[in-house]
Amino acid sequence: MSRYTAITPADLDAMLAAIGVASSQELFDRQIPEAVRLRRALELPDGMPEQDVYEHLRELAARNVSAEDELSFLGAGMYDHYVPALIDMLMERSEFLTPYTPYQPEISQGGLQVMFEYQTAISELTALPVANASVYEGPSAVAAAAYLAKLHNGGRRIVASAGLHPHTLQTLRTNAHGFGMEVVEVGLRDGVTDADAWAAALSADAGADVQAPVSAAIFAQPNFYGAVEDAAALAAAAKKEADPVVIAQVDPITLGILRPPGECGVDVAVGEGQSLGNRLDFGGPSFGLFAAREEYLRRMPGRIAGETVDVDGRRGFVLTLQTREQHIRREKATSNICTSQALNALAGVVYLSWLGRRGIVELGELLLARTDYARRTLAALPGVRAAHTQPVIREFALQLDADVAAVRTRCAREGVNPGADLHALSGRDEDRGGLLVAITERRSRADIDRLAQVLGAAVAAERERGSSGETGVPGEAAVTV
Amino acid sequence: MSDMTTAGPREGATPLQRERARTIFQKGAPGRRAFTCPQLDVPAVDAKELLPARFRRERPPRLPEVSEPEIVRHYVGLSKRNFDLDSGFYPLGSCTMKHNPRLHERAAALAGHARLHPLQDPERAQGALELMWNLQGALSELAGLPYVSLQPSAGSHGELAGVLVTRAFHEQAGENRHKVLTPDTAHGTNPATVTMAGYEVVKLATNSDGGIDLEDLRAKADRDVACLMLTNPNTLGLFDANIVQIAEIVHGVGATLYYDGANLNAVMGLSRPGDMGFDIVHFNLHKSFTQPHGGGGPGSGPIAVSERVAPFLPVPLVVRRQDGSFDLDHGEGHAGSQSIGRLRGFHGNYGCFVRAYAYIRSLGGDGLKDASEAAVLNANYLLARLREQDVAQYLPLAYPRAGTGGPLCMHEFVLSGGPMKRELGVKTLDLAKRLLDFGFHPPTVYFPLLVDEALMVEPTETETRETLDAFAEATATILREAAEDPQLAQNAPYTTPVRRLDEVAAAKHPVIREVLDQ
Repeated sequence: MSRYTAITPADLDAMLAAIGVASSQELFDRQIPEAVRLRRALELPDGMPEQDVYEHLRELAARNVSAEDELSFLGAGMYDHYVPALIDMLMERSEFLTPYTPYQPEISQGGLQVMFEYQTAISELTALPVANASVYEGPSAVAAAAYLAKLHNGGRRIVASAGLHPHTLQTLRTNAHGFGMEVVEVGLRDGVTDADAWAAALSADAGADVQAPVSAAIFAQPNFYGAVEDAAALAAAAKKEADPVVIAQVDPITLGILRPPGECGVDVAVGEGQSLGNRLDFGGPSFGLFAAREEYLRRMPGRIAGETVDVDGRRGFVLTLQTREQHIRREKATSNICTSQALNALAGVVYLSWLGRRGIVELGELLLARTDYARRTLAALPGVRAAHTQPVIREFALQLDADVAAVRTRCAREGVNPGADLHALSGRDEDRGGLLVAITERRSRADIDRLAQVLGAAVAAERERGSSGETGVPGEAAVTV
Repeated sequence: MSDMTTAGPREGATPLQRERARTIFQKGAPGRRAFTCPQLDVPAVDAKELLPARFRRERPPRLPEVSEPEIVRHYVGLSKRNFDLDSGFYPLGSCTMKHNPRLHERAAALAGHARLHPLQDPERAQGALELMWNLQGALSELAGLPYVSLQPSAGSHGELAGVLVTRAFHEQAGENRHKVLTPDTAHGTNPATVTMAGYEVVKLATNSDGGIDLEDLRAKADRDVACLMLTNPNTLGLFDANIVQIAEIVHGVGATLYYDGANLNAVMGLSRPGDMGFDIVHFNLHKSFTQPHGGGGPGSGPIAVSERVAPFLPVPLVVRRQDGSFDLDHGEGHAGSQSIGRLRGFHGNYGCFVRAYAYIRSLGGDGLKDASEAAVLNANYLLARLREQDVAQYLPLAYPRAGTGGPLCMHEFVLSGGPMKRELGVKTLDLAKRLLDFGFHPPTVYFPLLVDEALMVEPTETETRETLDAFAEATATILREAAEDPQLAQNAPYTTPVRRLDEVAAAKHPVIREVLDQ
């Protein structure tokens, strides 16, 4: 008997008698063929008391350097925004933490109403009329949107900007292979999607190797390099060349100040929701947001909560449009998704209520100002320059005249994580020397000044070492002075 | 519970029923706020210069304007309109609603886990990578398969990973197979996944024992078949005793055998999918391993695979270096990498890994086996109690297996409400709604599809005998009262925050967001 079960010897006797078997072993002997029984103990460590498990988990946690332990400017898809305390309290409530998907709406009105409110908030943020109750996370949400495009128009070509996060592009390719679609990647010019290449990739005669009719045109706003794209121009160009489903991967926390996708001609907006009140959690769980124009409603993946009334006329909420879903439509479903990210989406809508109508604008302006300050300050350091000149809101790419891995190691020794190594993430040659720096409201001017001091010193030291021909640099050799 | 058992049609509404549902968007007032923005501490620059007008939002999104106390009252109020596992019995078949230990929440909330950035350098995330490595090892041992990817985000995502791995396996062998077999008892995610992975679904019939019809399988298994997706025990709660033959037939035509791990809670430490001949297994960390369901996610769906399909696993994988330290293998730079690639951002739902790992370390190997034994014992006990209460007359077991000395099940069982509907005029849906008045979450209803008026009951190992007794008695009571007055069930529930809802109207004229004024 473990601490989570309750069968005493007396219980066992009574239960076996009621069932009519001599032992619990008999239950298995009579049902599972001997050939596939495991006749040895599992080779796993013995169980432990709660306090020992806690100590073990605490000890493992202590061997990680978290955003609490260093001054971190890591972003590139997940961000160290402040999570208000009331979110912890609400997410820990049994009534939100422990139920299943609300299959019985009469006893799930709380969760269903949260979904309805969440859908309203996402619809408002994106300025698109319909939103689902969330999908897994950001990159797979983009893949799900591409599948929607295929269901919608039957095309097979996905035109994707290189400004999408590398994880998104990789996820898209993995999934597209299964869908029977192909991904055509469009390069960047000065940090944003190359407009000419974009139009060319979407055109009917995109080249001998690209024959498939266009299905989807996808870009990120802001993009992986932090740059604000001309979303309206990209959408308009796509619609001019072909009739694709225009998909934008958005960052919801920028939408207080950034023109929303629904006002830029975008058909489907998806994105990573972690910025909205979710923890870093080493990459998950978080949630993916998914919003669209009305005409795509019946092809959307995932759960959708809808309003209705009960037999006495009371307002209530149910899961709706379920004929799209796997448990009803099976192989004809619009997606195989079953579990959404209800608890994470709860954090999202509570966060948006906490920020409020004014707060989301104020926060956006603060990020904009601090990020600009950080870019100007860092780009003024010797051996450091901005990778592009486009507007940036919460993140920006730098080019270092030094080996990025070595610079990051030097900074780490000073308790500073200066940001993500662009080349390590993208594998693109042009990203060698690239550093992606994220600024959240938790990083003050003093923090940014400290980064400038530490990064400046690290770059200087690496350039010094590069020019004196020293060896032993961790990672790849220092480059181009 | 005694007052609940008499709850029926009432004069007037309950306090919760009198509350009209108002969303957060209908609360608050212009100018109210909960958020205090940090001071602008950098030199002021004209914001229009930083972000030109054509990129700017003209009107702010109409988010709520509420104070912090209002937010707390609102969402705590909503929480009271939810039933949950901590409040009562939740025998939802196929969902494994076992207790969620709070230790796991405490451990996952430690800053070293919760505020760890996924791009932290591996050298400085050794605790997290070791945890993932250990979890991979434990899942491998439970599956009886050597390699594990933790990446998939949920069971359905694990299925997609598994079928794409299968596709890559066949493509690498130069074969262009196009069919995937699924039994008619399969979870809906199986056929939906098959379509998303570009394959055609071929359905297999179920025999009178509730297992795969071997003749049908032999007839349909050919060189066009890429994979058979199977749950064992299956969605009838029955272990398919022909599994060895099934595996032989499937492997005989060169296809892979996929194990839907939704029902793993029946067999941990007792029988392993790898030993049954499966090539690919997905786990539901939110079922067997206590990740709380969160009202519909998050989940986590790692997969374990056999040697022959391992080269195609999604990336990244956690690996151990020769010096004993841990790293992430992204499959790049290996000329021979045959990985299907990524299925999502970063490394998977780490927060779920922490909880599942805490559970595995709490129970240990013997404890996990005990958990499965207790789950099967509880299910059989509840089945026996229902039989004792003369429930079987109206709710017979869907596939009673003859010749084994009395019908048994694994960790769940499926009843048919067909006789109840015919003889009492009470549908399975009515029974489910009436159970709400008795303070129970109903079992899964109308699944699997091949059972008339199906009721699928999974008590799990963490329930006491007293709870199982109370549920059996409530079911018997409902049937007795239905024999006298079927309307009592037909119009149920009476005590819930809202009563039966009009789902048809909701789907016909969808209203899926609040309508807002300026």
